[in-house]
Amino acid sequence: MHLILFLLFAGFCLGGAINLLLQSHPINSALSLIVVMTSLAVLYLLLGAEFLAAAQIIVYAGAIMVLFVLTVMLLIRRARRAHHGQPHLARRRLSRSGDGLRRDCHSPAARTPDGQCRTAGWHHLHGRLSRVLFHELLLPFEVTSVLILIAILGAVALARHGHGDPHGDSERTGTK
Amino acid sequence: MATEIRTGIRKGLGPSDSFFSQEVPLVLYLLLSAALFALGILVSLSSAISFTVFMSIELMLNAVNLSFVTFAHQWHAVKGQIFVFFVMMVAAAEAAVGLAIIIAVFRARATLAVDRID
Repeated sequence: MHLILFLLFAGFCLGGAINLLLQSHPINSALSLIVVMTSLAVLYLLLGAEFLAAAQIIVYAGAIMVLFVLTVMLLIRRARRAHHGQPHLARRRLSRSGDGLRRDCHSPAARTPDGQCRTAGWHHLHGRLSRVLFHELLLPFEVTSVLILIAILGAVALARHGHGDPHGDSERTGTK
Repeated sequence: MATEIRTGIRKGLGPSDSFFSQEVPLVLYLLLSAALFALGILVSLSSAISFTVFMSIELMLNAVNLSFVTFAHQWHAVKGQIFVFFVMMVAAAEAAVGLAIIIAVFRARATLAVDRID
């Protein structure tokens, strides 16, 4: 039964990832990424990580992907309007010199978990999980909350940068 | 440690496991994780839209998370799951800031293509 479920949802995962590669429209890519993340949540359940499956559904498929889909739908419409209505605007912007966008991908360092509690079952998984999270790794947990707070502040600061002129694409070209 | 790893691999790949047995070989999870990571790299290198590049980064983070959960299952240690939790939180912060950066770049350049940003 586990193998059948694994093969089914691994197929969903791979199909969603290949669909992400093949689709040209970003909204289709975002929807296939939601399929990948939901299937990964089922695989986490098969591996005995119930808490992570719930967190995957809530955080990834719930919060992050809603943010993605919302932003894609917002920007694609504006991009189409800008493309059809003002075809010369993008070319004019391209002539300006500017700093590039650098994006770092932090892949987590692979650490081998120690083999403690090997004989214990998974019955008290959440108790052990919370004990590790709130006793041994309390400082990283709090640092992560500070990181999220800083990220929210940074996102608000970036969003407020052009606040006040929602149609200000053409007006701001002359000022910057 | 090496013998334990070998025993774990033998347990995962044991020849006595029938096709419809209860246990899924853990190497299948790792292969799926590797395939997802490779697809993420492929998408991020081949895509021209900044959104798709960003989504492929999320895909790669998910692939690494699957490896973490698989190893945590093999070693019966919860610290691997805690690391996945931290990766999820960092990915959430990264998504918020990254999408704000994409919106700011779109406001400044009026394009979503990564080749035309700079």
